[in-house]
Amino acid sequence: MSLLHPKDDTKPWTGRYQPYDLVKEACIAIGVIASLAIVLAVLFSSPDDQPSTIAQWSNQLPVNFVTAATTELDGTSGTAEYGPPYNHNGEGQHAAFIYLQKWLGVSHPINTADDYVIDPLKTIPNDPALQSALAQYQAAPEKTQKAWGEAYAKPLEEYAAAEEEGKPLPKTVAVDGTTGMVSVQASSAGPVPTMMRSLLSLAKSGGLDGSLLTSRQFFQTDYTKPLLFMADGGLLDKRAEEQHLGGDEWGMMNETGSYPGQAWLWLYALWYQIEPFKNSENADILVMMMMGVLSLAFISVPFIPGVRSLPRKIPIYKLIWREHYRTTSPPPGPQPPRPVPSSSSAPPLRGT
Amino acid sequence: MSDYHKGSWTVKVREAAVAALPPEKLLPDGQPTYVASWIYVFGVASVASLVVIITSGTILALKGPAWWHFTGVGHFFNSIHMWAVELFFFVMVVHLWGKYWMAAWRGGRARVWITGAITFLVAVPTALTGYVSQQNFDAQWISTQAKDGLNSVGVGAFFNVTNFGQMYSYHVLLLPIAVVILVSAHVLLVRRHGVVPPIELNARLAIAPGGEAPAPPPSTVGAGS
Amino acid sequence: MTHASVTAVMGAVFNLSHPAHVVHWSFIKLPLANVIVIALMLVAFALAIALPFPGAKRRRGDSS
Repeated sequence: MSLLHPKDDTKPWTGRYQPYDLVKEACIAIGVIASLAIVLAVLFSSPDDQPSTIAQWSNQLPVNFVTAATTELDGTSGTAEYGPPYNHNGEGQHAAFIYLQKWLGVSHPINTADDYVIDPLKTIPNDPALQSALAQYQAAPEKTQKAWGEAYAKPLEEYAAAEEEGKPLPKTVAVDGTTGMVSVQASSAGPVPTMMRSLLSLAKSGGLDGSLLTSRQFFQTDYTKPLLFMADGGLLDKRAEEQHLGGDEWGMMNETGSYPGQAWLWLYALWYQIEPFKNSENADILVMMMMGVLSLAFISVPFIPGVRSLPRKIPIYKLIWREHYRTTSPPPGPQPPRPVPSSSSAPPLRGT
Repeated sequence: MSDYHKGSWTVKVREAAVAALPPEKLLPDGQPTYVASWIYVFGVASVASLVVIITSGTILALKGPAWWHFTGVGHFFNSIHMWAVELFFFVMVVHLWGKYWMAAWRGGRARVWITGAITFLVAVPTALTGYVSQQNFDAQWISTQAKDGLNSVGVGAFFNVTNFGQMYSYHVLLLPIAVVILVSAHVLLVRRHGVVPPIELNARLAIAPGGEAPAPPPSTVGAGS
Repeated sequence: MTHASVTAVMGAVFNLSHPAHVVHWSFIKLPLANVIVIALMLVAFALAIALPFPGAKRRRGDSS
């Protein structure tokens, strides 16, 4: 018995037939499913939580916005250090020697400092203080730029850590109750405070949403830049947590609200809940490779010993075809002649 | 083949198609008597769900991706589309469970199983591209999360879930075509090979060779190829 | 702060636009809606196998 051609005692059917109207059955099925879908739509509708905007983010969580923007500027944000396909600042995930993320290269280049901070600020007219700050920043050597960024980021990071741990918030970061503007006490931050103040204003007005989307061309259908920026911040995370969409809650199976989600992703979601995937830096590639192997196995079920013979060992088929077995078994009383071969002439059945 | 038809690709294709699936086999009006369980309706229910998905999806496509956010009728068709997708996966997986426990790949039917399995695996990204095309918070979240999995294996370099234009094209055109082709191949293979006969309980045949074998009705073709 | 859309429940008889009730079991955390869907699938499978399919007389008796 070979792997690709397992022993199979299935013979073509030479028995009875029954009238069976496939087209009518299909029409009935379409009617039933369509009716079910309509009833469910009437009863429950569907979710449509409005998308977040950068304007909302900067208005609702101004400190979080400025913190994220600072990390974009100094190259320490998630996107900045992501690696391919956005930049070369990281190698991405790997499994042993397999660096697929790196090998497929940078196909959607994003320079976080330019794209998220400097270029949008350059579009703001009639602001000599800002233009001077930008000129000062761009003329400075990289080492100085980094030092300014780190000096500005330090109090913001302490603020974020205190907020997350529920501790008293440091007074080095303050939000104006009226204007919503953020002030950060940071010495040696150079022009960065001016730049961040202007960026926050631009964001609050909605100008940054538009600027990030249409920076290359008027017509746009690619939301990568604004989405990655928002994902570096906390607003999407906050909303996701409220809706139980986080990875630690099997979130990829879930839908907003109390709607059913994607139950078919159960196996994909499961791996992220258990070790070694749960705390691995390379969790994504490991899970994807695991699912790749299992998908190939799923396709190849007819050829996998053990898996292909399990249906015989757990005879659910006896229930499914019970009428057939009952009506074709040798009857006890006088019946039309039907040959019944003796068991000794029959080879014992093997699994398929 | 006469000289008139000699070398004709059209004739070759037609004759091969008719040989593989003569009309009585393509659309039989009978089935073997062992086709006698409600589990058998889940295959046609999967096809029916796909029809409802494509119909509701076509209406959504006709009106454009923003329509359903701003009108009650649009939202209603979006709801039908969403619930039809839930029904599709529901019935398709129950169909899968049934076919597994029947070992439905037997008797030369491995390709039926394979096309079915690949259909499921292609349906998953078809749904994913839909979810990231919703242009709402769910789409924002799913795309910014899913990108990590896809980027980790390099697929993100050419399949960008945060690129709405690309995802919408995949969802409305490319992947539905793939699903329809796979489902068609799957169903045609079932028509070709017939519904898989029951697993034999012992060596006894349904009808022994040379014994009494009621002929199927004239317009019905037997199983197996 | 939630951002439930005004249109989310347009026309719905039952409002499902509130955060889900999550079912916890060991390391499994699933929203109730998903648990219901999976349970219904198992029930549908069981019923599909258990319930008799109509037409038994026709399959037994007539040969046409």
